[in-house]
Amino acid sequence: MTFMQKPKVSHSKLPRNELGLSIRDYEGSMSTLCAGCGHDSVTAALIQAIWELSIEPHLIVKMSGIGCSSKTPAYFVEGAHGINAVHGRMPSIATGANAANRNLYYIGISGDGDSLSIGLGQFAHALRRNVNMLYLIENNGVYGLTKGQFSASADVGSKAKKGAVNNQPPIDPILLALTLGAGFVGRGFSGDKDQLVPLIKAGILHNGFALLDVLSPCVTFNDHEDSTKSYAHTRRFDRPAVRTDFVPRKTPIQTVCEGGEAIPVELHDGSTIVLRKVSKDYNPVNRDEAYRYVQEHQKGGEIVTGLLYINEDQQEFHALNDTVSGALRDLPYAELCPGSAILEEIQHLYR
Amino acid sequence: MLAPPLRERLLKPTDVSHPDHFHRVVDCQWACPAHTDVPEYIRLIAQGRFTDAYLLNRESNVFPGILGRVCDRPCEPACRRGRVDEKPVAICRLKRVTADLKGEIAHRLPPVPTQKNGKRIACIGAGCASLTVANDLLPLGYAITIFEKQHEPGGLMRTNIPAFRLPTEVLSEEIHLITERGVELLLNTPITSMKALLERGFDAVFVGSGAPRGKNLEIPGRYSDPMHVHIGIDWLESVAFGHITAIGRKVLIIGAGNTAMDCCRTSLRLGATDVKVMARKPLTLLKASDWEMEEAMEESIEIIPCHAPRDFVLADNRIQGMNFDIVEYHEQDGKLRSSTLDSSFFPADDIILAIGQENAFPWIERDIGLEFDQQDVPRVDRGTMQSTRAGVFFGGDAAFGPENIIWAVEHGHQAAISIHKYCRGEDISVRPPIAMNLTSTKMGIHEWSYSNSFDTSMRRKVPHVSLTERFKDIKIEVEMGFTPEQTRVEVERCLNCDIQTVFFASKCIECDACIDVCPTACLTLAVNGEEDDLRGRLKAPANNHKQLLFVSEPLTQTGRVMVKDEDQCVHCGLCAERCPTAAWDMQKSLVKIPYAFDGQSGPGSESRQSGR
Repeated sequence: MTFMQKPKVSHSKLPRNELGLSIRDYEGSMSTLCAGCGHDSVTAALIQAIWELSIEPHLIVKMSGIGCSSKTPAYFVEGAHGINAVHGRMPSIATGANAANRNLYYIGISGDGDSLSIGLGQFAHALRRNVNMLYLIENNGVYGLTKGQFSASADVGSKAKKGAVNNQPPIDPILLALTLGAGFVGRGFSGDKDQLVPLIKAGILHNGFALLDVLSPCVTFNDHEDSTKSYAHTRRFDRPAVRTDFVPRKTPIQTVCEGGEAIPVELHDGSTIVLRKVSKDYNPVNRDEAYRYVQEHQKGGEIVTGLLYINEDQQEFHALNDTVSGALRDLPYAELCPGSAILEEIQHLYR
Repeated sequence: MLAPPLRERLLKPTDVSHPDHFHRVVDCQWACPAHTDVPEYIRLIAQGRFTDAYLLNRESNVFPGILGRVCDRPCEPACRRGRVDEKPVAICRLKRVTADLKGEIAHRLPPVPTQKNGKRIACIGAGCASLTVANDLLPLGYAITIFEKQHEPGGLMRTNIPAFRLPTEVLSEEIHLITERGVELLLNTPITSMKALLERGFDAVFVGSGAPRGKNLEIPGRYSDPMHVHIGIDWLESVAFGHITAIGRKVLIIGAGNTAMDCCRTSLRLGATDVKVMARKPLTLLKASDWEMEEAMEESIEIIPCHAPRDFVLADNRIQGMNFDIVEYHEQDGKLRSSTLDSSFFPADDIILAIGQENAFPWIERDIGLEFDQQDVPRVDRGTMQSTRAGVFFGGDAAFGPENIIWAVEHGHQAAISIHKYCRGEDISVRPPIAMNLTSTKMGIHEWSYSNSFDTSMRRKVPHVSLTERFKDIKIEVEMGFTPEQTRVEVERCLNCDIQTVFFASKCIECDACIDVCPTACLTLAVNGEEDDLRGRLKAPANNHKQLLFVSEPLTQTGRVMVKDEDQCVHCGLCAERCPTAAWDMQKSLVKIPYAFDGQSGPGSESRQSGR
């Protein structure tokens, strides 16, 4: 926890994005998480990605539930909209907000407790409905706010700080999301921003539910030798399966695609992500193969990272439900609220 | 594995054990010829410890009251604050604050032993260089004799710097602090023969006679009206001693260095109403310090660039003015070349030549083993200050031509070290080493023993006596010094560059916390590379090659290196604050500059020993 405020001064030659803003303009308030918390690095990666995408702050909605991870929205893009929901209930709020205004960028920040324990049902259904949002899980395997009990993502055999051993099998959000039919599944590591920033950018621009599971070590309760979610352990067993390059709109992708086995995937807004296989037998556009690959490596204790599966052709929430094309607030009042006579008619249909 | 040639080009881990590494980080102290511990004295001012701050200054620069007014301030262009938000900390003006507000100090100077050590040292000229030598050698028991041709000590500080910039009381006070501690000061005693002096049996001789000869301008009409064409430094001297009290209404100053600025402003105080400074070069290339030009312009003096003097215009042997060539400059083969566009006449009653000065030694015989180079300048060693004749040392403008007061002081310190070694039969080329101490400033959780919040205030401007008042008497000092409120704000602008970010690679877990929190994007965890490549991969552009990169040992988890670009670090300490493993610490560096009197108790010795 830091009481010192980050001074207003910044590097005099800090670059500006398309909107003329510097990266400092995308910061939030000072983090009160533990010094060295992986979540703060995720925050920095989010700031970097959003700044690089030149998104206007007021077009962003940041949402969270309860937990250390759920404090994150306070720490980035001060000028964005935001809501701190009840524990595990962020997906419902995000679904509702997205239903009302589809023109904003929705970024949900959750944790392994918030998403895989109390909020598992909510998480699964937001995913199934393919709500257009980036759903980022800051995954550290412990309940940090309640002093470090195992969470639902703790690995079998992993030891707590005081020596207790976890015997329950973990829920892996990647395998779960692949099973549930997600169109964008990726895993990153808070200690590797070169990998994480393009993943976040792609996730924000993906048309539909983008799941990003980010290993984010708890420096206070889960960064010891027998932990399987520590900085050292994650670095040792991190197996990037695919590298992701983000190519903004209007940039010729040929330069990026030269040589190697590269798969370009065009995103909804015209930008492209170029996927480069690190492992030869990996296919990020085939759900079954992705599932098999991740599961096989998991048996050996390896952590597969990268943009593990992508499918840009799945219909998202609004298309599935055939909703109106714009935001509800842009509808003329008479259309938005057609009056009791129309309501009567509709109710009659169900009698 | 990398191929060996590439591996060799990777940046080596920075050697922070070398005292120069952290010394360089303190830009002001590194830039100061005498290495004044600027951040520490600013901190002492902030704590209201003005006497301590004065003594800390005096230890390195000997004349804080004088230098706090008229120093050339090499520290300020170097100040990091100037890179971060345009204007440097007003270091020089804060130095004056210490002199203005100090208490009794005489009892805190190193004691001068009553029992002398039997060695006699002669100093020629009672200027800043000789006085520094005396200051450093007195506590060691040397008998110092200073020969001065004028009737008052001070050298160019008294003769060339007008009283409205440097009041005589301030000057005399700091000179007396040295001369009244047992120096034999022989006034009105010019040395006319070095040979004769050497025969008087001194154990060492120090020449601090300055650069007393103003350069002349040999163009037509120069000698036709000698009463109205003056050599700048001679004229200033005559004004200082009251021999000249008036000048014509229209005055032209030829040249645009700091002497020219003193001449033009002095003219205004002697009755001139129309003063123009005529410069050969364009405005951007003038030698005068920016602030001295600003102050001249504040007094409505016109600085006219690109005018090269052609001839003096006379009528009946009386100066009427001067003709100038109007020139234009362009660069050709890396050299500045001029071409004449036109010419122009400027009327004048008096003309002052301020085009430079040089050292001159008509009184040194050329057959005594003291060599001169082709420019007739004595050969002096930059490190030891010794001439080619053993036991004869030079310093100040006498050594290498005109520099400035703070350089003269540093020459004096080095010469004193050499003289002390020479008199003990030691090898003077072996210089005492500079040392470095580091002390953690961590006081507890979230607590550091320095003021680390960044103050966004802009540089304070020293108030001046109003334009209606200041010309009434040449002795009215124009600058009034900082008010207490201004001082309070200005001290907080200092970025505490001496509170160093010290990195322990073995403790780092590469969590990125420091990098994420750094407000000025100084830190990067990167795969090592060649310098140019690495500079291009840092978080913020590292284009200031004058600032070295810090490169750590390879880190344990990934083998990457921690790189710090010192250029815009504001030493806020957030990296250390956010580090979970204390791999970063904020440590106060203390550069221990050696002096001849080291080991004697005295000025600032408490501060030096306590490791503040």
